[in-house]
Amino acid sequence: MRWKSSALISLIPKGNVCVHNLTAITALGSTEPRTDKHGPITLSEEAGYALASVAARKGGERATNLAIRRLIGPTAPKPGHVAGDKVTAFWSGPDQWILEAPYDSHETLFAQATAEVKGKASVTEQTSGWCRFDLHGVGLAAVLERLCAINMTTFQPGDATRSSIDHLGCFVVCRTLEHISILGPRSSAASLHHSLLTAMRSAY
Amino acid sequence: MSQINRLKGGQIDRSQTLNFTFDGKFFQGHAGDTLASALLANDVRLMGRSFKYHRPRGVLTAGSEEPNAIMELRDGARQEPNTRATTAELFDGLTAKSQNKIGSLRFDLMAINDRFSNFLTAGFYYKTFMWPAAFWEKVYEPIIRKAAGLGSISFQDDPDDYDRGFLHCDLLIIGAGPAGLAAALTAGRAGAQVILADEDYTLGGRLNSERFSLTDQSGAEWAAKTVAELNSLPNVRVMARATILGAFDHGIYGALERVSDHLAVPAAGKPRQILWRIYTKRSLLCAGATERPIAFENNDRPGIMLAGAMRSYANRWAVTAAQNVAVFTNNDDGHKTAADLHAAGVNVAAVIDIRHDAPKSQDYEVIAGGQVTNSRGRLGLTSVQVSLPDGSTRNLPCGALGVSGGWNPNVHLTSHHRGRPVWNDEIAAFCPPKDGPAGLSVAGAALGLFTTAAALTCGASQANAILKDLGIKQTNVNLPKAEDTLANMTPFWYVKGCSRAWLDQQNDVTVKDVKLSHQENFISVEHLKRYTTLGMATDQGKTSNMGGLAIMAELTGKTIPEVGTTIFRPPYTPTAIGAFAGRDRGTDFRPTRKTPSQKWAEEQGAVFVEVGMWLRAQWFPQAGETHWRQSVDREVLATRKSVGICDVTTLGKIDVQGADAVTFLNKIYCNAFAKLAVGKTRYGLMLREDGIAMDDGTAARLADDHFVVTTTTANAVSVFRHMEFARQCLWPDFDVQLISTTEAWAQYAVAGPNARNLLQKIVDPEFDLSNDGFPFMACANVTVCGGLRARLFRISFSGELAYEIAVPTRYGDAMIRRLMQAGEEFDAVPYGTEALGVMRIEKGHAAGNELNGTTSAVNLGMGRMVSKKKDSIGSTLSERSGLNTDDALKLVGLRPVDPKNPVPAGSHLMTKGDPVDAAHDQGYVTSACYSPNLGYCIALAYIKSGDSREGEIMRLVSPLTGFDHEVEVVSAHFIDPEGERLRA
Repeated sequence: MRWKSSALISLIPKGNVCVHNLTAITALGSTEPRTDKHGPITLSEEAGYALASVAARKGGERATNLAIRRLIGPTAPKPGHVAGDKVTAFWSGPDQWILEAPYDSHETLFAQATAEVKGKASVTEQTSGWCRFDLHGVGLAAVLERLCAINMTTFQPGDATRSSIDHLGCFVVCRTLEHISILGPRSSAASLHHSLLTAMRSAY
Repeated sequence: MSQINRLKGGQIDRSQTLNFTFDGKFFQGHAGDTLASALLANDVRLMGRSFKYHRPRGVLTAGSEEPNAIMELRDGARQEPNTRATTAELFDGLTAKSQNKIGSLRFDLMAINDRFSNFLTAGFYYKTFMWPAAFWEKVYEPIIRKAAGLGSISFQDDPDDYDRGFLHCDLLIIGAGPAGLAAALTAGRAGAQVILADEDYTLGGRLNSERFSLTDQSGAEWAAKTVAELNSLPNVRVMARATILGAFDHGIYGALERVSDHLAVPAAGKPRQILWRIYTKRSLLCAGATERPIAFENNDRPGIMLAGAMRSYANRWAVTAAQNVAVFTNNDDGHKTAADLHAAGVNVAAVIDIRHDAPKSQDYEVIAGGQVTNSRGRLGLTSVQVSLPDGSTRNLPCGALGVSGGWNPNVHLTSHHRGRPVWNDEIAAFCPPKDGPAGLSVAGAALGLFTTAAALTCGASQANAILKDLGIKQTNVNLPKAEDTLANMTPFWYVKGCSRAWLDQQNDVTVKDVKLSHQENFISVEHLKRYTTLGMATDQGKTSNMGGLAIMAELTGKTIPEVGTTIFRPPYTPTAIGAFAGRDRGTDFRPTRKTPSQKWAEEQGAVFVEVGMWLRAQWFPQAGETHWRQSVDREVLATRKSVGICDVTTLGKIDVQGADAVTFLNKIYCNAFAKLAVGKTRYGLMLREDGIAMDDGTAARLADDHFVVTTTTANAVSVFRHMEFARQCLWPDFDVQLISTTEAWAQYAVAGPNARNLLQKIVDPEFDLSNDGFPFMACANVTVCGGLRARLFRISFSGELAYEIAVPTRYGDAMIRRLMQAGEEFDAVPYGTEALGVMRIEKGHAAGNELNGTTSAVNLGMGRMVSKKKDSIGSTLSERSGLNTDDALKLVGLRPVDPKNPVPAGSHLMTKGDPVDAAHDQGYVTSACYSPNLGYCIALAYIKSGDSREGEIMRLVSPLTGFDHEVEVVSAHFIDPEGERLRA
C-alpha cells in the first residue's frame, strides 16, 4: 500500500539531494498567520519571529550582560522588563533572557547569539518552541485582566513578565499600552488563541 | 394584570413594563423591580413552601439574606433552583416556579408533614433511622436523599459561559451604602486605586430604602450622584451586581460579578458571571447590617416580614405587601416603617411595641408594652393576636406584619480567617472581631454604627486612615448632613410561651427545637447548629442565628457572649459551581497540546488519544479496516518488514549545557555518563531519592558541554522540575543551564529495516549514515532536505534499525509529508501509539507501566546499571535491603500455554498448586498486547525471582474478570533478543 500524501511540499531534485524548500506552517497550522478582530481589539498570530534563550554561565554574568547589550542596543533588561529595538530581549530568569528578532533577517538568531557570548553563556534556539499572539487596540487591560494575574493598572511599555494564562505558562510583553505580545507554548497555540478570543469577546 | 399593591413613588421605571410568570400565571412589573417586589405588587404573598414542614411561606427580607422566597428561575437548560426572589432582577419574559411541593403551591400534599411536627423534631433522623441496620442503605438513605435539597435541576448542560479575571487595587470597598460611598469618594478623590463592589444592582444600600434626606437631597439621589462621580474617576472601578464572596489569604478577595443574570439570555460572547480574584493592599468592609426578627407563635406566615424590608419595598420599589399592615418591634426603627407606610397611603393597623415607653404616633395606634403572640391565615396573614399590657388579648386584622428585633452587623467576611465576632452590649449584637483578616477594616453599620451620619463619617475616616497607611495623601470630603439619631432598642428575642415559633425559616428550626437541643445536652453552639441545623442552608443563618443563641443563653443561664457564636465561611452568598469552574469546562477543561504532525494525521483519518494534554495519533485506519487491531497489526508488521514513521515529539527534551553538564548528568542518572563520547547517546535511568525508578530516557552528547536529555512523555514536566530542583538547590555551584526544548523540535522515529534507506533520501548527502559512519546510539547535528538544520539520533524503542530525526517544529508538518513521500518506494507506514506499544513490548522495553512508582532498578532487571563508582540521586537508598531481597520482583515475559488465551494486564501470577490468595501472590502483569509477529498474546510481568523462573508454567488469575489459565515465563525480549536488528 502506498500512502497518498497530499503534495504540499514538492521535492525539487538537485543532483541526488533535495533543496530545502520545506514550507513552514504557523503554530495555528496554516501557511498564513491568522488575524481576528473584535470590538476595538485586533488579535494577530505572529509567526515571523526568531527566539533564542541566553543563560549566563558561572562567572559569565557580566560578559553575558555586555553581549546582550551588543545584540539589542540598550542594557540587558532587568527582571520584569524588555528592551531593544529590532532585536529585543526580555528577562526570563536570573541572568537569563529570551532574545527576539524578525525571523526573515535573523533565522539563526541563536547562532548570532552563540557567537556574541563567546562561551560565557548557554544559548538555545527557541524559535519553534513558542507561538506569539499580539493584541492591538485601546483598552487591552480589559482583555488581559480576564486572562492573567498581571496588575494591568501598573503594566507599562517596557514591562515583560511570565504569567499563567488558562494553565499555560506564557510571557506577556508590553510593547506599548496599545500593543501587548503573548508568547505561549507552541503545541497549545490553538488553546491559547481560543482563550484570547474568548476574553476579547467577554470584554467587548 | 393589575398591580394592586403598587404605591406611588419609588425607584422603578414605570415606562418599562415587564411581563413574567410565576407558577405559570402571568404578571407584570417594572424595570427596577426584583421578582419579589413585582410579586408583592401583584398581591402575591405566598411564594414557596418550607423545607421540612412544607409550611406556606412568603418573603421575609428584601435582600440576599432571604430564607423563604427561593425559587426556580428560567426554563430549559437555564433552569436554576434556589434563586432568591429578593435579589433576582425582573426582566421581560422571566419565568419563575415555586419549589419543594407536591401538587400546587396552594395545596401542597407534603404539607402533611406539618401535622407530624411532633415527630419531625431536631435529631429526627438520628433517632429514627437507627434500626434495623439493614434498612439503612436500601430504604432510609433513598428516602432521605429524596427529601433533601430544594428545587430541581434540568440535567442539561449549562448553555452559558462563565469567566474569570484578576484585579488589583489599593483599596477594595465592600458594600456601597453610605459608609462605602463615603469611603470610595474619599479614597477615589485622593487618587488611590479603588474598587467599590456591591451585590445590589442599584448602589446606595439603605439610602435607597429610606425617606430621610442627605442635606437637601434624598438618600437615593445622593447615592446616584456619588456613584456618577466615582464612575468618572479613572482610578475607581465601580462594580454593581458584584458580591464579595470571601476573604482569602494575603489580601485576596473573591468577587462574583453577575454580568448577565438580569437578562433573558447573555449577549453573544458575554459570560453569565465572572469570578474575579481581587488582589488588595487594603480592604474596607461596609456591608451594612441585617435586621433580625422576633420569634412568636406561627411567625412564618406569608405577609410576615422584617420591618426594614417592608420599608424597602415601600420606598424603593413602591410596593406594599398588603393594604392593611402592622408592625411588631422592640426598637424605634420599627416605627419608621409604620411612618413610611402610612405616608405612602397604606393603612397601619397598629404598631405593637414591647416597650412600655414606646414612641407615640398621631397617625396610627401604638400598642406600648404589647406582644404579638400568634397569627392566623392559612396561605397568608389575615390577623395577629396581640397580648396587651393588661394581660388581655386582641385580634388585630392585617395582611402584613413588619417585625423588627434590632439589627446585626454583617460581620461575615471578618470571620473568614476564623476571627470570632465580639459581643457589643450597646446594640445587643456581635461586632467584627479584632483578629479579622489582615488589612481588612470595617466601617458603618457593619461596625455597629447604626446612624447614617455615623456611617458616612466612619467610612470617610476609615478610608483616610487607610490612605495614610498606604502613604497616599488624604483628602477631606464634604459629607452631607444626615440623620444621626440612634434607634433605642430593648433586646427581645422571642415571645415567652411560644413553641412553634420559627427561628430559622429556611431550615424549619423552631424555638422548641432549640429547647430540645438543650434538653438533650447539645448546648455548645456548634452542637446546637448541627443538631438542629440552625443557621445552615443557603442563607447561612443570616436572619436566624441570634435568636437561637439568645434562647440557648437563657436556657443555660448564660449571657449570649458566654454562649458564643458560630462563625462564617465563604461564599457569603450561594454561588454557582459554574462560576468556580470558569472557562475550564468541556473541551476547554485544560489546554490541548498538538503534535507537529497533527494536521497531517487528521488528513489521514488518524484516531487520536489523549496522553496527558497531548493528542497523539493512536492508529491510522485504512479503508476496509473495521477493528483497531487490524490497523495496529498492519502498522507493526509493515514497520518490522520495511519502515514505519511515528511522531515522538511528545517525549520531553531538555537542553543541558554548561561546564558541569556531564557532572550534573552523572548525578541525575544512576548509570555512568562521565565517559560518554561526543556524538553518542546513552540510555539513562533516573532514580528518586528513595531509590525507586523515576523515569528513563536518553542523553545525547552534542558537544563536551552540551547534552540533550529525553524523558518519557508523561514525565517531561516532572523530570524537568526535578532537574531544576537539583540544579538550583542541591548543586547550586555547578555550572549548568537547563531549558526545555520539547516544543521547539518536531521529532519523528523512523524504524524498520529500510529506515536508513529512507533517511538517506532526507538527510543531506554529506552526512554518512552507514552503519560505520553513524552506528547504533550515534547522534549528530545534520542538515536535511538541502540545508535545514536537524538533529539525528540512532536510537530504537521498537527494536528495529531505527532513528529519530528532529527538525524545528515549524517544519514538522513539512517533514512528515516529506518522509511519507520519500518512503513511498519502501511502503512506509505511519504508526501510532498502539503500534509503538506493541513493538516495545515485543522488544521487552520498559515504559510507564513498568516504571510505575513502586519499582526499582533491580525489579527492572537493571540493578547492575546503578553505578557503585559514583554518587547519584537514589543510588544509596536503592541498596536498601528491602529493595534487594532474594525474591525481589523481576521483569519477565509471559506467553500463554494455549496460544488462544489472552494475558491481560493487571492479572496476577500464582505458582501452580498454590492457593489463589494474596499470601501466595507471585507477581502481576504490567503490559500486554497481541503480537502480530508471534501470532499470540504476550505480556511483560513482574514476578518474584522472575529472572530464575524462565520456562516455568504458572497460573495467571484475575479474580476481577475470572481469568484463570496457564502461562509460561519467558524472556522479556520476544523479538530479536540479540539486538542484531537495531545494530544492523
